[in-house]
This record gives sequence, structure tokens and C-alpha cells, in this order.
Amino acid sequence: MAGLATAFGSGAMTNPMEDVVQHARAMLIIGSNTTEQHPVFGTKIRQAVLKRGVKLVVADPRRIDITEYATLHLRHKPGTDIPLINGLMNIILANGWQDDEFIANRTEGFDELKAVIEEYPPEKVAEITGVPVEKLRQAAEILALNKPMAVMWAMGITQHIVGVRNVMDLANLQMLLGNLGVSGGGVNPLRGQNNVQGACDMGALPDVYPGYQKVNTETAIQKFEAAWGAKMSEHFGMTVTEMIPEIESGKIKALYILGEDPVMSDPNSSHIRHCLEICDFILLQEIFPSETSRYADVLLPGVSFAEKTGTFTNTERRIQMVRQAIPPLGEARQDWRIISELAQRILAFGSRQVNANAPFAQWNYRDTAQIMDEIAALTPSYAGVSHARLEAGEQLHWPVKDANHPGTPILHVGQFTRGKGKFTPIEHIPPQEMPDDDYPMLLNTGRVLYHWHGGEMTRRATGLMQVYGQALVEINPDDAERLGLNGNKRVRVSSRRGSIEAEAWVTERVPPGMVFANFHFPEASANELTIAALDPVSKIPEYKICAVRVEAIRG
Amino acid sequence: MISLKINGIPVEAPEGTTVLRAAEQAGIEIPTLCDHRDLTPYGGCRLCVVDVKGWRFPMASCTLPVAPDMEVTTESPALVESRRTILELILSNYYDAGYEDSLGETQLMRWAKRYGVDPAKVMLKKPRFAVNSDPNPFIWVDMNKCILCTRCIRACAEIQGRFVWSLVERGFDTRVVAGADTDMLDARCESCGACVAYCPTGALNNKMSLSLGLPDKVVTTTCTYCGVGCQLDLNVKDGHVVRVTSNPNAPVNGMHLCVKGRYGYDFIHHAERLTKPLVRQYLLEGTPRPKGRGEWVEVDWDTALDIAARKLAGTRDAYGADSVGVLASAKCLNEENYLMNKFARQVIGTNNIDHCARL
Repeated sequence: MAGLATAFGSGAMTNPMEDVVQHARAMLIIGSNTTEQHPVFGTKIRQAVLKRGVKLVVADPRRIDITEYATLHLRHKPGTDIPLINGLMNIILANGWQDDEFIANRTEGFDELKAVIEEYPPEKVAEITGVPVEKLRQAAEILALNKPMAVMWAMGITQHIVGVRNVMDLANLQMLLGNLGVSGGGVNPLRGQNNVQGACDMGALPDVYPGYQKVNTETAIQKFEAAWGAKMSEHFGMTVTEMIPEIESGKIKALYILGEDPVMSDPNSSHIRHCLEICDFILLQEIFPSETSRYADVLLPGVSFAEKTGTFTNTERRIQMVRQAIPPLGEARQDWRIISELAQRILAFGSRQVNANAPFAQWNYRDTAQIMDEIAALTPSYAGVSHARLEAGEQLHWPVKDANHPGTPILHVGQFTRGKGKFTPIEHIPPQEMPDDDYPMLLNTGRVLYHWHGGEMTRRATGLMQVYGQALVEINPDDAERLGLNGNKRVRVSSRRGSIEAEAWVTERVPPGMVFANFHFPEASANELTIAALDPVSKIPEYKICAVRVEAIRG
Repeated sequence: MISLKINGIPVEAPEGTTVLRAAEQAGIEIPTLCDHRDLTPYGGCRLCVVDVKGWRFPMASCTLPVAPDMEVTTESPALVESRRTILELILSNYYDAGYEDSLGETQLMRWAKRYGVDPAKVMLKKPRFAVNSDPNPFIWVDMNKCILCTRCIRACAEIQGRFVWSLVERGFDTRVVAGADTDMLDARCESCGACVAYCPTGALNNKMSLSLGLPDKVVTTTCTYCGVGCQLDLNVKDGHVVRVTSNPNAPVNGMHLCVKGRYGYDFIHHAERLTKPLVRQYLLEGTPRPKGRGEWVEVDWDTALDIAARKLAGTRDAYGADSVGVLASAKCLNEENYLMNKFARQVIGTNNIDHCARL
């Protein structure tokens, strides 16, 4: 998101999924296992290929499922996204396929970009990426000559130390081709969790209030001090990938965790466990005992999505109702009530100065509709959102500027948020930890169709466990043969940080030299192995690349 | 636009519209089993036959495009007789083993009732296939109830893009199989359940819900798994979610869902759900924290909230607001994430708030 904010002034998926599916003439999927991770969108892309003959280019080191529908599969080496994208832009420029009018009218910085792109001729790019020159030329031609073209990506682009730079380079590509602000085009990061877009929009981030209002700007500070009646901190807070390690240094003493499982979802699990172990106090609000709950001091029972009413915001910025279907189980309480009751108790101690007469100082909410009204009052992009509008069937994509505004399905039509789109030349930087003599293979990590993230929900779904009941490590047949996995499928995968044992899935989904593991199962979670190397801007860990050693387990 | 008359009512429809769709848009229902607005017209069941003025024989309206000045009649004594005969023929190759299927009245049974056909009288006397013939954990297969409408085949091919189902053999022996007559999962089924959602007879059904009965309420909500934002209907009976069904009006996904959205709901009532506040014993006794944090004790809400509030406020007061970290949740509501942001910034006084967007 930080990458798109630099290029355009705001970071989010620019085009709705249906718009891409109905109007794109070509698509580039890079770093998204769409049919497994966003399955219904993945099937819509399959339909677009089948019914409309959309030209689909998939760039992914793995032969993921959607490659079956691809016109062209670029199997580039992991960590070479930037040379690949630069190489495509080099071919586009060499053939004069760029959109000169768009570049002249709507962007700045083209000359600087061009200078760097010239450093990435096809032959050099083929050598770095492992993609033959001929395929690079075919891809560039497909993507440049079938407009509008839409780019989709997910964590395969962002979970690198160069994640932000990868994103900026994809923004460069789309500005070069003039595929922004148009139906069927755009830059479309697919958000993973059901409400990760909403959690970001709501200011569950260390640097912004709701609606991405920066916490270090005078206007935002004054606004929220007046609204909430309390003195605001004026510096950025810590990200999750900083907070937990800072327990060790003593900077963080207590954690309040709502519905997250850092032991499973954060890199280098053994270090996370150590930090949580020594944390003074951990309050966890959850629906299940988790790998993290053994480190909690107080455990409060929240509820599932079926037991509460409110809203989620999907990957295309569409705000939708969640409706309560069953009462909370046992004594469990709706999470918004728990947060409110906790807040009221702490404020009652009086050690923090809060002006009770400020318009939104209070915590005595009647229901979540009232909370949404408070959000609308303080968040420009949600200013026109209310439960009443959503219940009346309105389809609202933010920004929704006022109660009569219809919402904004496509971003950047006519003008970017920051005015002109900014080209930023991007140079290749290799991954932090590459295979060597001690750890000769490369580990890629992610999720599978049948499970979700740390697996707290899906490991408790009987049918899903019948279909995919244990962690599988994907390994290429060549490597399997070399390791002697014939008839013996258990492997031990070790990195400098830890080791897991799991069954191998011998498959050509992964290229030789790479294994792929998921983090759904605590007994063999990929995050025991992953490296906490972070992108310097976004603080996203490099989950997609680290070095490992793989051994067959005998007997 | 093309102007025509259906049952004497003037109707306008774009070129290429079928008579069945044009009638539907005009609020006139024509019986059908094989047709569905999401799927390519098939013209298989013939239940949708209509009379067109000046034409000698009734026509299947699901494959008949509208034409200028066409005059269509959708119900007449002769058409009723045709439909009754068609239903008798369909049901003569059908068998109901009599188990609870929790489907209520299927489309097939609805039309049989409408046209006065008693399935018990005309159906086969013994099964042709094994009931529950596929080991897929989500999808119940009973080909005795299959009427060869091929909606499952088209749903899998045209919506999921997976081509699991197909027809084999000829004439009376024609049947629907997965892959090369194998198990669904071996035929690369992704268990999305689209075939179940479109099946009009119960030949394909939801295995997890088979004997759970009909819901007493249906609540439309948004899926809790990925960021696509599919909407779905939670079917609730006696306070339990017994089934997830498609909501045809879902703005993002229409009838379609994935395996997790349609079948990954049994975590909701799982026995391991936390239902009481828990605190560690040392917190109740006011003793130092033991290694491993010690035993959990069930307490009432006031006790748990008081302890949590005291510890968080105490940490803040002793070490400063930035010694407290708050992790919100991409699984929770917008409203709840807003409150977590307000909690960190107003109640504690720190910007140390984040969630798993990076992970």
C-alpha cells in the first residue's frame, strides 16, 4: 500500500473485480495464487479467459493452478520481480508501445524512469530472471497491445524486503501503458483477510488515524484530540513486526491482542514465542485457545462472524453488512462490547486526562450502527457510510464523501489523489537470504485452498481436514529423486531459525531447488523457518524467500 | 429491442434473449428444470415448452430467441398435458430412497405437484445406483435422483471452470460421472459446491447438512475468510448454523462460493470455542507469575475485565503509554477495528496499534 501511496497518493485496489473480469482484454497476475487464495475471483478470471478470450499472463515461480488458464506462464526466479517488470518495460519502450498521451498529461518523472529501464535489456533480464528472451517479448506484446490490461497481485509481490519497490514498479508499468483510471485496467492488490482493507481504513495501523490521516500532522492531531477529548501521541507507533521483538528490549511491557495469532502468523516462530513468554502482561481476546493463548494472562471469549452485526470492507473497497445469525455462544460477548467495557473501566481509573464532554469521548455505544456513525463523522472516505444505507441495498465503495455520494468504484479517473502520477525508477536488490552450501534450497511460503492462515478456524472444520489434513511440503520430482524420497515421503526442512518435519508432496508445482510450505499447522508451520527480514518501509517480512536444507527422514 | 407478446402482454427484450428469460422479466413464470439464468441454455428437459402463434409444434422456450411480433402462450390445456407427460417420463427414471435430505420441496417436486404427478406412483421401484456414492466430505451424491438436466456439468464448467462432471453412455444408460467415472476429488473437484447449489432435484446435496432439517431462519451475511467479500446465507435452526446456501443477489459472487465459504463453517459451534473468561490463578491470588504462567481459572466477566483493565492501566502508568501494544484484527468488524484504534490512542495514549496486514 505504501508503494501505491508514493505513486498515486493513495494505496488500494483501483478497480472492482467485476470491472476487471468484464472489461480487461489482458491481465497480468504476478505473485497471486488467485484460485486458491481468492477462489471466487479466481473462478471469475477463469470465466473471463473461457468466455471472452482474455489474454492472461501469469508470472510466478510456482506452477500454480491459474497457470492452466494462462496464455503465457513466466516462471521467473524468486526475488527477481523488479528485473522482470523492468525488462517488460524495456521491450515496451523499445517498440514504442507506451501511452505517450497518458505519460505527458497525467504523470511526472518519466525521463528518470526511462534512464533506469534502459539498464534492463532483454538478454540481461533473461539471465537474472531465468525467463527466455522470446517469452519476455511475447509477454510484453500481449500486455502492451491488449488494452485495457489489469494487473493483479497479492503477497507474492509484497512479502519481500523489496515489497514496496515491487509495487511501485508495477505502478510504473501501468502508468507507462496508460492503464489507470480506466475500466478494465488498474493496479489491483488482492487483500488477504476478509477485513484487512477495513482494519487499515479504520486506523488499526501505527502511523494513521481512520481514513489514513497521518498521526504526525497537526490537523489530524487537533481533530482527534477535539473528537476524543484526550492528548494524542504525535509520533508513529510500532508495527506488529516491531512490537513483539521490542518485548525483548523492554520497550513493550503489555499487549492487548484481538483475534490474532502471532505465533502462527509472524516470522521466526521460536523467537516470537520467546518474546511473548517474557512479556509482563498479555490480554488476548479470541474465539479459540490458540498457539498464542498459552502466553496470555487473561483470555476473553469473543464471538465469530455469525454472532455479530457490523461491516467488513472487501478488497475492492466495498463496504458490506455482516449480520448476526445466532446468539453469542455461552458467556462469550461481542468484541465491540468487550473493547468498550474495557475502555470504560480504564478511563474510570482517571489516570489519563479525558474531557468527557468531547463529542466522541464516550464508550457507551448502543450498537455498531452508532459506532459507524462516529466513524463517518471522523473519516472523510467513510463520511457517507451508514448501516441504514447498506441495509437499503446500496453498494458503496469508498471514498463515499457524504450521505448522498454514490461511492467510488474506480479510483484515479481523470486525476490521481496526489495530482500527477509519479514514476519512480526501481533498481533490482537481491533477497536477504539466498541458498548457500549449508542451506542449499529456497523456501517459499503461503497458504492452500482448504485452509486459512494460522488454521484456527479451518483445522476445526471436519471436512476441510479430510481433504487436507496435514502440512505438506511441495518439492520438485528432481529434488525428490536426489534426496531419495522414492517411497519415503517424510522430510525435515531446516533453516537457520528452526526445523519442521512434514510429508512431502512431490510435484512440478515448484521448480527444482525450491520447496513450498504453509503455516496452517502448528506441528509443521513454515514460520518456524522464515526470516524476519523486513521491507524497510512497509515492515513486511520476506516470507517468500529464505534458505533451507531438506533431508529425507529414514524409517 | 424486440417487441413481442407473451400471454397477450406486450414485452420488450433485447435481441438474443430467450423467450423464457423475456417471460421471466415480465413476471411470467415458465416451468423449467434444466434452465438457469447463470448457465448456458441447454434445452434438455423440455418442461418449458410454449406455443407460438402460427407454429405447428410447441417449442422449448429456454432455447427459443425472441422474434419481432412473436405471440407466445405459456399455459394451455395441451401444454399442461405435455408437461405432465414430460414429468412422468423424467420421474419414471428417478428413485427416492426415502432418507431425510433437508431440502424441503425441490424444484422437481414443486413442478410434479403443480402438474398433478405423484412421484411415488411413477418412479422406479428400486435404485439404479448406490446412495451416497462419492466419498467427498462435503458433497452428497445420489444419482438415483439425477434427471440429466446437466446443470451440475454446466455449473462446474462455466462457473468454477473445473470440468469435473460429464455425461457418459447413451440412451437409457446415460448418466453423470465425475472425471473418468472416478471420485470427485480424483477428478480435480475443488469442493466449491456450485453443482449442489444448482441441482434442482437433490441428486447433489450438502453432506454435512443432510439430516439437520430445514432452517427456522436464513440470515444474509458476508463471508469471514478472504478479501473477496462474498455474501452468503447462514441457515439457522435452533440457534445453530446448519447450512450455508448461495444468495442469488450477492453483489460480488452471485450464487458462487468457494469450499471454505460454503463448507468451512463448522468451527462456529466447535467444542473448543471459548465461552467463559479465563484468568491465570496468580492474578487472582496476587502472587508473582510462575513459570509458564500457571493454571487458568474461569471467572465472571467483571473479575476478568477488572484485572485486564488494572494491568493495562498499571503498565501504562508505570512505563508510559508506549509500553503498551495493541493488535487489532483483520478478522473483526470495521466498527471493532475503529474501537481498537480509539482504545490505543484515546484510552492508552499510544500509536502502537497494528494488525496482520503485513503477514
